[in-house]
Amino acid sequence: MTTDRIREVIARHGRLAVDVAALSDTDDLYRAGLTSHASVNLMLALEDAFDIEFPERLLRRDTFESVAAIGSAIHELHAELNV
Amino acid sequence: MHEPGRPSPALRVGTDLCSVEQVAESVATFGERYLRRVYTNHELEYCSQNPALSAERLAARFAAKEATMKVLRPGDARPDWRTIEVRRDPGGWCELALTGSAARLAHDAAIDSLSVSLSHEAGMANAVVVATLFE
Repeated sequence: MTTDRIREVIARHGRLAVDVAALSDTDDLYRAGLTSHASVNLMLALEDAFDIEFPERLLRRDTFESVAAIGSAIHELHAELNV
Repeated sequence: MHEPGRPSPALRVGTDLCSVEQVAESVATFGERYLRRVYTNHELEYCSQNPALSAERLAARFAAKEATMKVLRPGDARPDWRTIEVRRDPGGWCELALTGSAARLAHDAAIDSLSVSLSHEAGMANAVVVATLFE
């Protein structure tokens, strides 16, 4: 499931101050400890995991703000690939 | 020196701190994908000149990019990291060069000039960016 995979990637690369399992899908990852540099690693790892590339227009703070936000971005990119 | 009767410029300041170890880890984990996604050719060329200092220099440049973003105040939208470039002068100081989306943000904010200072020690890298604006 996409959300589970996203959580796995966050757990491995997000360097959060808390266990991602304790966060809801809409909890703020930055408030949970996601730093600007860790968001780079998170982005690259998500690209590997989901075979996507985040374009500049999605290099937004709110794209990586929560598990749900990341899921929406991935869904959007997959939809574009399938057009 | 400030000229009497001429408005003083408004200032914006941005600063950021970056872990050298985390940058080294990113290079080890993601290699060229990380490097090419975040840094320009000029930055990579300079940072690779001394392998012993490569991670420190990369971390300082990442901090400079983040400090610049704070000055640009892009809101949720973030310019591509490579549109903010740290250029090292042979004299030893650094300057910032903005292109693309970062340059547009600077223009929209009426930023007149940018100055940057980098430092790295004890596993951390720091950058401070000061922008002048004429309002």
